[in-house]
Amino acid sequence: MSEVSKEQTVGTPAAAALGEPVPAQRSGTEDTFLSVRDLRIHFRTDDGLVKSVDGVSFDVKAGETLGIVGESGSGKSVTSLGVMGLHHAAPNARISGEVWLDGEELIGADPEHVRQLRGQKMAMIFQDPLSAMHPYYTVGAQIVEAYRVHNKVTRKVARARAIEMLDRVGIPEPGKRVDSYPHEFSGGMRQRAMIAMALVNNPQLLIADEPTTALDVTVQAQILDLIRDLQKEFGSAVIMITHDLGVVAEMADKLLVMYGGRCIERGTAEQVFYEPRHPYTWGLLGSMPRIDRDQTERLIPVKGSPPSLINVPDGCAFNPRCPYADIPKDNITRTTRPELTETGSGFGSGHFSACHMSQEERTRIWTEEIAPKL
Amino acid sequence: MAAYFIRRVFGAVLLLLVVSAVTFAIFFLVPRMAGQTMDQLAAQYVGKDANPDTVAAVKKNLGLDQPLYAQYWDFIRQIFVGADYKFGPDVQHCDAPCFGYSFKRHIEVWPEIVSRIPVTFSLAIGAAVIWLISGIATGVVSALKRGSFLDRFFMSVALAGVSLPIFFTGMLALGVLTVQWPIWSDGINYVPFTESPLDWAWNLLVPWCSLAFLYSALYARLTRAGMLETMSEDYIRTARAKGLKESRVVGKHGLRAALTPIVTIFGMDFGLLLGGAVITETVFSFQGMGKYAIKSVQDNDLPIVMGVTLTAAFFIVFCNLLVDLVYAAIDPRVRYS
Repeated sequence: MSEVSKEQTVGTPAAAALGEPVPAQRSGTEDTFLSVRDLRIHFRTDDGLVKSVDGVSFDVKAGETLGIVGESGSGKSVTSLGVMGLHHAAPNARISGEVWLDGEELIGADPEHVRQLRGQKMAMIFQDPLSAMHPYYTVGAQIVEAYRVHNKVTRKVARARAIEMLDRVGIPEPGKRVDSYPHEFSGGMRQRAMIAMALVNNPQLLIADEPTTALDVTVQAQILDLIRDLQKEFGSAVIMITHDLGVVAEMADKLLVMYGGRCIERGTAEQVFYEPRHPYTWGLLGSMPRIDRDQTERLIPVKGSPPSLINVPDGCAFNPRCPYADIPKDNITRTTRPELTETGSGFGSGHFSACHMSQEERTRIWTEEIAPKL
Repeated sequence: MAAYFIRRVFGAVLLLLVVSAVTFAIFFLVPRMAGQTMDQLAAQYVGKDANPDTVAAVKKNLGLDQPLYAQYWDFIRQIFVGADYKFGPDVQHCDAPCFGYSFKRHIEVWPEIVSRIPVTFSLAIGAAVIWLISGIATGVVSALKRGSFLDRFFMSVALAGVSLPIFFTGMLALGVLTVQWPIWSDGINYVPFTESPLDWAWNLLVPWCSLAFLYSALYARLTRAGMLETMSEDYIRTARAKGLKESRVVGKHGLRAALTPIVTIFGMDFGLLLGGAVITETVFSFQGMGKYAIKSVQDNDLPIVMGVTLTAAFFIVFCNLLVDLVYAAIDPRVRYS
């Protein structure tokens, strides 16, 4: 184990830079498994600096599920890659901020040490299991490999473990299917195998990057159930990255809404779903299809398109698309960046949002204009 | 897997038959369409002192008086069972595999080809080993250090390698290494492996490198492109997410996928070279298949041209068959489609 050369005491992340409020769960740091502070991941490209993640903070406790929601290109996947230390794959990536995993800071840590944690303490499952598994190796061989990187065991022991994991994730005849290739599996089976591979070392943090996007709806529910069961069984912290609010509603304890590489709203699932305080979150909720609504009613899309991460608007990133941008605000110019501030909420503390409109104004718009239409 | 194997072998045999028919047609049918009579063809074999009687005899002996399909049948048959050629009272027996008889040089074609195979094979195999190692290694390094000085340097050299023809690099190497700085002071001559393995390798070193330079340049570029593509695949990210060492990510997960297209191209290139590296053999005056083919074309010695062409075609088809089988071993998805 290499020593982390950081002055902060283990387990107490430094107060976040740039005045961003420290997330509410700070009091409960002893059971906070992952703590991310002011994470920034920028990529230098020929066209300019791409600010994929620009100051994101959050906490996840053991046994808890955090949902990260946002449009494509909002920086949710890059955030997770940054936590895993996988941004190194891009030579033009620059990262700053702090990632505390179980009391250890990872961004300043030796990459070799982070590599040893990867797959062992923190694991990840990806969107499309067909392209995420190597087509030339059997499913078993790939699980065996994942197990043997972190455990000094013989091939035979690892293979038995692989079969055990395949059985655990609900693959029939695991003793036979262990020698199958990924292309011989159905989509749902592949994702199960992918989960088996991620969980083979009992990781305490599981990051699921759009785990059900590439699957049939019927299979989606099975996979989500599986993740939830395994989470209960192993007590792991889970980060569920998705653009599907239905998935988050089912899974997440806490929510983080990202827009243009920034966190624009954060709170418990109840807070964000029942008392959202950001126009973008309103837009997301309004664009979600609902089974209990009349089908003749049109969904309300969020107007415009997501910002280019090279030219994120100076002030509020959502400003160009915001239907309330013209409402006069005190002492605010277009270049002032809204900070995450705590929102008074009927669901307890810990609800933050970043909007220039006053609390009263937003509460009024939500209760009078938005909520009745949803 | 067995069905796949049988299908491929069957296809290869069929392909060889087609190649032989086309070759036969080019050498016998096309001249005839252009107005050449069988008498004129037979006269070629007789030489300068041709009188009508000998021409007629040769025509009969060679079966040139028979219809073309019968001639083709004889040509194929003699490969498997041999043939007899009559010269007045003498009978020359040509053992199977008999690829015909050169009446210009009064020799059987097949033993001539066989005697040239070691030269060509030595050249091709040695060069292939060199270009595979150097080409793939530089390609991988270039891809991993994309945009670095090393990458630019390798790719510039590779561009030169692809652009410079072998009759330039080969001649240059020959001139510099035997005359300017006479490291090979006695010149470069082929020494059979069975005679002295050391001299064999020493004399082949320059031709190997000349030939390999051209190909390794090509392979370096191919490997680099393949690696760049593979390393951005999702399964590479998965391999990293498992916590594998980067060397293992590159070697086991990246390279294996990136090398698949290289195997295909290598099969074709290597098969082609086994049929004779025409220019390299000519530059270094090696009596290989390529040089032999050129000479027989110049001499208008049809049986030899046919024999060399078919042999070369056989190697290409054979290597491609091997590639198909190796491919199935590498990529499990091929086996079932």
